[in-house]
Parts: sequence; C-alpha cells; structure tokens
Amino acid sequence: MRAAERSAAAEAGLTELEYDRICQALEREPNRLELGMFGVLWSEHCSYKHSKPLLRRLPTAGAHVLQGPGENAGAVDVGDGLVAVMKIESHNHPSAVEPYQGAATGVGGILRDIFTMGARPIALMDALCFGDPRSSRTGYLLNEVVSGIAGYGNCVGVPTVGGSIAFDSSYTGNPLVNVLCLGLARKGRLLSSRASGPGNPVMLVGSETGRDGIAGASFASAQLTQESESQRPAVQVGNPFLQKLLIEACLEVAGDPDVVAMQDLGAAGLTGAATEMVARGECGIEIDVQLVPRRATGMSASEVMRSESQERMLLVLTRGSEERIQRVFDRWGLRSSVIGRITDDGLVRVREGTALVAELPARFLSGGAPGYEGPGTGSHTPAVPPIGRGLVPRRDFGRAQGPALRPQGGRVDSNQMLLNLLGSPNLSSRRAVYEQYDHMVQTNTVVPPGQGAAVLRLKGSTKGLALGLGIGGAACADDPWLGGALAVAEACRNVACAGGRPVALTDCLNFGDPERDVVWAALNGVVDGMREACLALDVPIISGNVSLYNETEGEPIIPTPIVGALGVIANVECHGRAAFAEGQSIWLLGGGSGAPLDLDLERRLQQCVIELVESGATPTAADVAEGGLAVALGELALASGIGAVCSGSWIENEARWEDVLFGEAPSRIIIASPRERDGDVEVAAARWSVPLTRLGLTGGDQVRIGDLISVSLDEAFDRWSRGLERVGDK
Amino acid sequence: MRCGVIVFPGSNCEHDTVHALTTVLGQSADLVWHEETSLSSYDCVVLPGGFAHGDHLRAGAIARFSPVMAAVERFAAGGGLVWGICNGFQVLVEAGLLPGAMLQNAGLRFVCRWIHVRVESVSTPFTNGITTGAILRMPIAHHEGSYFVGAATLAAMERGGQIVLRYCDSDGRVTDVANPNGSVASIAGVCNRDGNVFGLMPHPERCAEPILGGTDGRRLFDAVANARVPSLAGR
Repeated sequence: MRAAERSAAAEAGLTELEYDRICQALEREPNRLELGMFGVLWSEHCSYKHSKPLLRRLPTAGAHVLQGPGENAGAVDVGDGLVAVMKIESHNHPSAVEPYQGAATGVGGILRDIFTMGARPIALMDALCFGDPRSSRTGYLLNEVVSGIAGYGNCVGVPTVGGSIAFDSSYTGNPLVNVLCLGLARKGRLLSSRASGPGNPVMLVGSETGRDGIAGASFASAQLTQESESQRPAVQVGNPFLQKLLIEACLEVAGDPDVVAMQDLGAAGLTGAATEMVARGECGIEIDVQLVPRRATGMSASEVMRSESQERMLLVLTRGSEERIQRVFDRWGLRSSVIGRITDDGLVRVREGTALVAELPARFLSGGAPGYEGPGTGSHTPAVPPIGRGLVPRRDFGRAQGPALRPQGGRVDSNQMLLNLLGSPNLSSRRAVYEQYDHMVQTNTVVPPGQGAAVLRLKGSTKGLALGLGIGGAACADDPWLGGALAVAEACRNVACAGGRPVALTDCLNFGDPERDVVWAALNGVVDGMREACLALDVPIISGNVSLYNETEGEPIIPTPIVGALGVIANVECHGRAAFAEGQSIWLLGGGSGAPLDLDLERRLQQCVIELVESGATPTAADVAEGGLAVALGELALASGIGAVCSGSWIENEARWEDVLFGEAPSRIIIASPRERDGDVEVAAARWSVPLTRLGLTGGDQVRIGDLISVSLDEAFDRWSRGLERVGDK
Repeated sequence: MRCGVIVFPGSNCEHDTVHALTTVLGQSADLVWHEETSLSSYDCVVLPGGFAHGDHLRAGAIARFSPVMAAVERFAAGGGLVWGICNGFQVLVEAGLLPGAMLQNAGLRFVCRWIHVRVESVSTPFTNGITTGAILRMPIAHHEGSYFVGAATLAAMERGGQIVLRYCDSDGRVTDVANPNGSVASIAGVCNRDGNVFGLMPHPERCAEPILGGTDGRRLFDAVANARVPSLAGR
C-alpha cells in the first residue's frame, strides 16, 4: 500500500485491512469520494463491526414483536389495534464537544427514527451520565445538555416523561447522552425503509444540506482527545421547528400507498440513508448530487454525500406521484426535491450532473465491514453463570453518595447518613431538571417524572403504557455479567412497579475502546448478563444502539448498558407510582439485603407486584435501588409529602445498621396498600413465593425506622431538593 | 358550540385542545389551518399552545402575520369568542387583540409544573359560572410567560375587570413565591375590554380529566360551552 493511499484510508477512518478488502471486492482502488463513503458506513457507529457478533446473542423475538432489530426502530403490538415503536440511541461524543447541540440533535435523531416508521412520537426519556459532580465542567455540561434536550423536545411537542442522571468520575471527559423515544402507530400502518421498484423516484425532504456534521459517524467512532474540541464542525446543528413540520408532513404522507419507503438521514447522511434503503430492499439507487439543495456554496460531492445536516428525510415514491406528495410538503413549508431514482442493479451510483463520481455495490457498502472478534487471537468464551448465581451485596454505599460526600473516617450517624445520601448529586431530586422539560404535552402523561416509571394513557383505549430505565454503571465495573443482568432486571422492575407487563426492551451499550481486553471482556459479560435476564424475564430486546470508544485521554468509562423497558398496563386507572398516600401499610416485597441475584425470584417478584398493582391493592410501588431501603422510603415520602413510621422489629441485626438501611441488593420493591387490602398483599406474596416484610405505616411528617432513623420531612426535603444545585461547585 | 382550533406551523397543543373539546366535553371542534381566511362557521376560535413558526424572533411575532389572523380580528370584532392558550395568548398579545407584552420567564428557563391561579373576574364567557376568588390548579409550560403591561394600562385593566387570573399559592394568596415567571401583578390571564377575547398561560386542556391529575381546567371549558354567543353566520 502506497503512503498516499494509506493516509487517504486513515483519513477516512479505515484500517489497512479494510482498505485491502475494499480493493479486493471492487477489483480496483476506490476514489476519494468512494473511500469517504466507506469511511462513514464502516465506522463503528454505522457498522457495529465490533458488536454485531455479540448482539446476536440477545433475544429479539417474542409473541408481540412486529419488528425487531434491523429497521430504524423496533415495534411491538400493544393491543387494541395499536403498535408501540421504540428505540434508544446515544449522542455521547457530540455532547462532549458541543453539549447543547449534541443533546438537541440526539433528541432530533431518535425522533426521526420513530416517525420514519410511520409512528407518532409520544414520549422521550434521557439517560445522562456526567463526571465528577465537583467539577465546573460537569456543571456546564449538565446545564447545556439539559437545555439542549429542553430546547428541542419542548418545541417539537413530544413530552420528556422521565430519565436518569448519574455522576461518576469516569465520565468526566466523555459524558453519556442516551435518548429514548416511544412512538405509537395504528396496527398495519407501519412504514418500511426498504426501497423497491426500479425507476421509482427518490425524494429528499427538509433541510438544505450544509457543511455541518461532515462525517460525524466517524467522529463518533473515535476516541475523544484534546483536539476533539476543534472538531466542532463534526457536530450537527438542530432546528426543532423544521423537525416539527417534518413530523407532521411525514406522518401525513406515511399512510399514502404511493409512499414506498421512508428513511431519515442520520449518521453518514445521504450515503447512509440511500445505502441502507437499497441494501434492505435489495435494489440499487442513482443519485445526482447536483439536485441536492444546499445551504453552502462550493460543496464537493463528498461533502454532500457525507454531510449530517439535520432534519432531512429520504422517500421512495411510486412513479407519477411526485407532484401530489410534493404538495403536502409544500403546504408544510418544506422543501422537497427528486434527487434520483431506484435501480435494479444493486449499485449505489452517485452522479454530479452527467459525470459518474461513485459506483459501489450497496450490500458490500452497507454490510461488508469486517467483523471483529475482539482483541487477541483466542475466542472469548463467555462465562455464562447459572441463574441464581450469588451476588455479594453492595456495601459501598459511598458510591451512591458520589465522591464529594464520601464520609472522611469516623462514625457518621444514621440520620446524617440518610440526609447526606438524599442530598447527594446521584440521589437528589431531579425536579430542577424535569421542570425544564414539557412532560405533559399530548395530554397522555399519567405518572410524571419523579415518581418511578412514567405512565402514559392511550387515548381511545383503557390500557396504558409504562416506560422505565435500568442503568448498568457501577455494578458493571465490578462484575459485567451481573451489571448487565441487573440493568435489564431494574428496567423491567421499574415498569412492573407501575403495573406494566414488560413487553419489549431497547438498549444502548456505552463502552470504551473494544480493542482493549478489559473493555472487550466487559462487553461480553454485560451482553451475556443481559441475555440471561431477558430469557428469565421473558422479554425481548427489539432495538438498540452501541456506542464504543467512550474514553478520554486513554481512560475508558465504566461499562454502561442503559436499558429502556416498555410495559403494558391492563387498565391505566390501576397503575403504580413511587409516592405514598395517607394511611397505607408499607411492605418490603422481595429478598432482604444480602439476597443473591436470583432471576427466578426476580421474575416472581415482578409478576407479584404487577398483579397487586393491577388489582388496585398497591397503588404505591417503588424499586429499592441506590442507597437501599432507607433512601427508597425517604424518596417515597418526599415525592408525596407524606411521612412513614416503620417499626424496627424486622431488623435482625441492628449492629449492621449500614447494611440494613443502605445496603444495595436486587429484587426488592417497597409497596404500600390501603389497610383494608393487607390481606390481598399477603395472599399474593405467598402465592408467588416472594418474601414479604411488614415495615410500618404511612403518615406524619417524619421518616422513622425503628430506633435507627428519625428524620423530619422538611429537613430531608431541603437537602434532597437542593442536591443538584451543588453540581459544579468545587 | 362549534369551535375552530387554529393550527399554525409549529403549534403543538392543537390535538390536545380538540380532544378536550370533543371527547371530554362533547362539543364540536375542527382544526383550522393558519392560511384559512374565514371563520364564519364557528362560535369560538381557540389559538392553542406550541411554538408557532418556531417562536422565531419572539413568541407569536411571526404568527400574527399568518393569513388567519385577519379573520380572527374580524371574528373578535363581531363578538365571537377568541381564546388563546399559552402560545395562543402570546400570539393574541403580539396581534394587539390583548394588551401587554410577553417577556422571558424571570428564571430565564422553560418551566413546566402545576401552579394555582385565582379567578379575579367572572364576568367573562370563559369564567362565567365560577365564583370570584376560586382557586384553580393547572399546569404551565412556557419559556416566555412573564406578562408585562405599563402601570397606566394595568390600572385601566384592573378597573375594567380585564385581569381574569392571577398566580397564587394553594390557599389563594398572591405572593412573589407563587408567581412562576415574574408576571407583573402576578397576572396569568387577561381579557379584552369586551370580554370576548381571553388569553392565559396555564393549560386548561391538560387538566380536564381525572386521569391527568386534575380537572380544574374543565371549569373553563364548561363556561365556554355554556356561553351565549351572538350569531356569527355570514360574518
């Protein structure tokens, strides 16, 4: 390989191996434009070359699944003639460099993945991970990311119904911004992205193409360095107003029989959209870049083909329908142009006027990237532990507190510990964030942010949908298998607490450089753990995204699988939320501190709580998560302004109060029932063989747990509600 | 009652408003595209929430030039009921159909939360049947909701019963703490001198059903549904 070729390949983000493979397949050397097209499509972000073999291990089929991985988003039948469409996607690297636009366009991109399927986006959620909460950079990133999400989501009229924010120093230079979108369509009305029909016109709709986000997919697939700041031009700029028009116009034409296929322009821009559409449809395409409307002058064919300008859609129409469809876009004030046509030769052919400037086989361009089996030569045999494998209970409750609040030696009293935890950046109230998001537009939000899983009603149906998250993070750093399993279990448990039967998951795997042994091993372990939990809980993963190379200056982030779960609530009037009501009995359902991760117990626990919530016996249910039992009780009280009085009679070993109060273990849910339903709770727990402990009663203006905890709600509220204010304060 | 709900490019609460009017209240309601030039078939016209024309320049600043606004002006002049909710209120202010101007929230951030308002005037078709001093719990969701009007105009509006809603706490006290956006005199909703044009920042369509956590918004819809409106046929 000559030096010039080597440098051109490297510039496009391709390895020598990949370059050779291209030359072999083409039986010639690619030109610069073609090399650029390979560069973006064979980037990790687009080709999943490191993760594809792993992702095949995840269960993706299920009785309700209408569309698994392979389209823009997954889809499940939720009954009553309705289909839910769901996907989560990362926008980590753009958000590290230009946090407002990075986060905003993350929202924009995932919205397009949903409405390109013909589904109306009905809810957004965001999982955000930031670095050391003491760092002023963290404070800046948090504010800008939240503003970006708000600025985009609010304008397009899709409610942001929940999310999560976590802090860990490993994210300091590489924050995570994962955005989940849920959409709704009528059954039988889903639109495909499979192009077909040689001669059919290809129409580009929406924004003009500019020089923003050139080769963003390649940027997203490389490590961030100090020079990344200079790569701001690789970050796209969003226009939520234009997107709102696109949503309405595209949904208007989505049901039209003359619209053959639709695909949004996301990563890898026009190259990606055109190639994916024809690869899926097993046909070819011819595009004339001179017909692409531009917002900058003098753009080269390569820039046009690789630009990631936002708010653009590609449609394949039947011949002769162009003008009629164009009139719909005209009415919405959107520019639409026929830029090419479908062919039957399996080639992606790019012209610049009469000149042929690129000609590549679509299937090779889309799926020809060599797969990687990880670092080293030996195959990595996944250590799949048996179900019911023991879990060491987490006692390092300091981690949940965040580094800023780790007690510096000496004994801390239990009340102070609870207040510290409730006021810590990782556990404190998120109200200051979610109040910046319109979480009520579309008038479906039944359970708003801050009260467990989000619950949405479905207009015209008695059913509801529950949407919850599970975040790997800290647990994955210690034990990837366990962390992966816990992320799935937690997402489903959150949905179950709302009374939703989990029907589908979407996941985003955020990891460091996969060519490091430790990262590759973690990726394998997490995927295997997720697989086990999906099988045990009988819920498929219908869509997802992988984000690798999340590192800063050579340090990988902690492995962070983020799982979104969708549950169907039989009758939305009977849902659960994480807030107390007056005069309830409080119970702990599930294993106590120190229980192993028993996936069968987890399954029975979830079935039990779903049944109790569905029957109306326990309108209050909450996962016991970071900070353990005491924090969960505190959060339930703070969300409602109603205290709790728990006797200490169930505490077996008071000397180990830290474990009892703050120890973290899976498969635990706090429920609260009106007293007349106490019997129902006991019967259900016995039937599902789930441990049940009566903790106490709701009421009063304190949280009390035996002799160990006695904290006033006012004081706790003050600490809890101001925890995020301190982020960025050195 | 026949209602027309105007759809500007960028409106995003039009379907919510139609749902509240039709499914919840049993009235008839159509979506009306912003290029429409006649509103003669309606008794009430609603300008819904959202980001009309992206709120570019200023909330409502471009929407006031939409072709439908001339028809809205004629409709209002003829005594038809014109109701602006959130962004619709901003458009009515920009169009001069309601006095005052809208500034960015005092906190300089978008705010979405439940608030309380006190009903200050019940002599409008939008509050008829509610008692003066009634406290309504409703959601707000806006970035430019700080209502401003000069002292002289404010005094005239007070005298004329044009201050319809004020932000208050759950006990009805009008305080700075209970004012979510810094509006002058805690104003959350105003009407024109004739009382047939009404704008408010809270979203009644988001609290018209128990499943959404509140039904106080329904009291405004009920008032409108029961309002006697002049026949507008042929206008």
